[in-house]
Amino acid sequence: MTNENDILLLKGNEAIAHAAIRCGCDGYFGYPITPQSEVLETLAELKPWETTGMVVVQAESEVASINMLYGGGGTGKKVMTSSSSPGVALMQEGIAYMAGAEVPGLIVNVQRGGPGLGTIQPSQSDYNQATRGGGNGDYNIIVLAPNSVQEMADFVDLSFELAFKYRIPAMILSDGVIGQMMEKVVLPPYKPRRTEEEIGRDCPWASNGIGLKKRGSQCITSLELDPAIMEKRNLHLQEKYRQIQENEVRYQTSQTEDAEYLIVAFGSAARISQKAIEIARARGEKVGLFRPITLWPFPQKEIREYAERVKGILVVEINAGQMVYDVKYCVEGKIPVRQFGRLGGIVPDPDEILNALDELKKQS
Amino acid sequence: MTNKEIISSENLVYAKPELMNDNTMHYCPGCSHGVVHKLVAEVIAEMEMTEKTIGISPVGCAVFAYKYIDIDWQEAAHGRAPALATACKRLWPDRLVFTYQGDGDLACIGTGETIHALNRGENITMIFINNAIYGMTGGQMAPTTLIGQKTATCPYGRDVHLHGYPLKITEIAAMLDGTAYVTRQSVQNVAAIKKAKKAIRHAFENSMQGKGSNLIEIVSTCSSGWKLSPEKANKWMEENMFAYYPMGDLKDVK
Repeated sequence: MTNENDILLLKGNEAIAHAAIRCGCDGYFGYPITPQSEVLETLAELKPWETTGMVVVQAESEVASINMLYGGGGTGKKVMTSSSSPGVALMQEGIAYMAGAEVPGLIVNVQRGGPGLGTIQPSQSDYNQATRGGGNGDYNIIVLAPNSVQEMADFVDLSFELAFKYRIPAMILSDGVIGQMMEKVVLPPYKPRRTEEEIGRDCPWASNGIGLKKRGSQCITSLELDPAIMEKRNLHLQEKYRQIQENEVRYQTSQTEDAEYLIVAFGSAARISQKAIEIARARGEKVGLFRPITLWPFPQKEIREYAERVKGILVVEINAGQMVYDVKYCVEGKIPVRQFGRLGGIVPDPDEILNALDELKKQS
Repeated sequence: MTNKEIISSENLVYAKPELMNDNTMHYCPGCSHGVVHKLVAEVIAEMEMTEKTIGISPVGCAVFAYKYIDIDWQEAAHGRAPALATACKRLWPDRLVFTYQGDGDLACIGTGETIHALNRGENITMIFINNAIYGMTGGQMAPTTLIGQKTATCPYGRDVHLHGYPLKITEIAAMLDGTAYVTRQSVQNVAAIKKAKKAIRHAFENSMQGKGSNLIEIVSTCSSGWKLSPEKANKWMEENMFAYYPMGDLKDVK
């Protein structure tokens, strides 16, 4: 049962902080950067160390934050960090270590425009970095793309669940629009933090001393100098990624049943595209929206099926064309695929999307 | 007397620490790491913290510390051990958390993490092996390489105009309000080893009593990197290193 204390008007960033406390997160480690600083600010104000016992640390850098995440996650605790694009770029080394050592943890990226210091305005230009690993080596992380403040709150618990289920870092890939906008949000119910016994039971791999005399010592590490063993470890990771691709694809569709044209968009671009298809439908055009929720694993099978049913696909993303390559890979040249995006922190409006849709129609 | 008669508990004067295993160490003959590993293992066992300790190993020669001491470990990225230790201790306040790092790890690439973890007063101990050289990668210049000392990347000797000065990070640590105990030790003879062990015990106890952060620098030898015999390396250390890095406590908050 939700009561009135569970329904609030919040910014996306604030919703992340509230949800973290409620879903039994053990620790947050972060460094201020626009447009996500409200996550740490909200946690500091809510003082969860006095209620749930959740630890909150303002680190000296994003490099330190992600390594605190690596350290905390390696002990079996539910830990998270948040940042925005330039800060997440700094974290890539630590994320690769976590992937290699199979350490669970949550990274929230409230994206802003790049490259470099770029701009503080919204963008989706970290898609490639998030879905291709981003650091060194062959690895993937789970990437969830919220399109509302509600999903910002909901995806915290989901990310932890997936991260621990597969011993993998999970990322909420948001952007400055979702992070900064205010919406009504139903907060998740309170879930207690796990006890030491529960961590010992659920995370027998963790480095925390529990049961050491029985099981022997263990180490969280990504290092292995024997190539034969290292290849096996890599194959194990690849097999795990295959299972995630098979079981954890998430997406949402809108008015696709009779659609002749499909817009594929995620996050805030999907919100704007939703408006565009409403206008198109009012004009009698049969347009539907396909919204990947997991960007990795990407909904390949579903896009392949749509490529058999629709006349063309428009990929809308707030970047110069990144997800479009995943869509084209699935479509295999069967139908025209066009991309539309704005750059530099400019968010596209529905009319621009409709114009791009008209261009697509001319192509097919 | 037969061997069997000699090997009896009454005659026992020395034993391998219970937490040290039989894995073959990769350290070179004459290296200080083996001795310091032994001291760490002894202190953890004596404090009865075996199942309540988290060690953080670095990148550098001690990267495989986790193969030799039978406690739980995490192997950090280069220089980031204090960040891992911060999280471990904050999330598990009843655990004994320490990092084990070399000069390149602690005083060069990880300077930021070192200073800030110490300054926040994290209740951890950093064990800092200063042998004035990068051992693992084959003898390159370290932040602590002495002026005039020859390495693979300063083959004509460290020149302050080219390379700057050796970093006394332990002196910096002593100035930080977050540190409880900052000391400089060595392990080249029995007397020094005994003092170093006491220092480790004191630091570990401080961290469990919540007194703040602790840094133990151990001025060490690298006979391979220095291209000296183990005996000559000890002598070179006493004659050259101790002058720039003087022994003793720099800070001990009661």
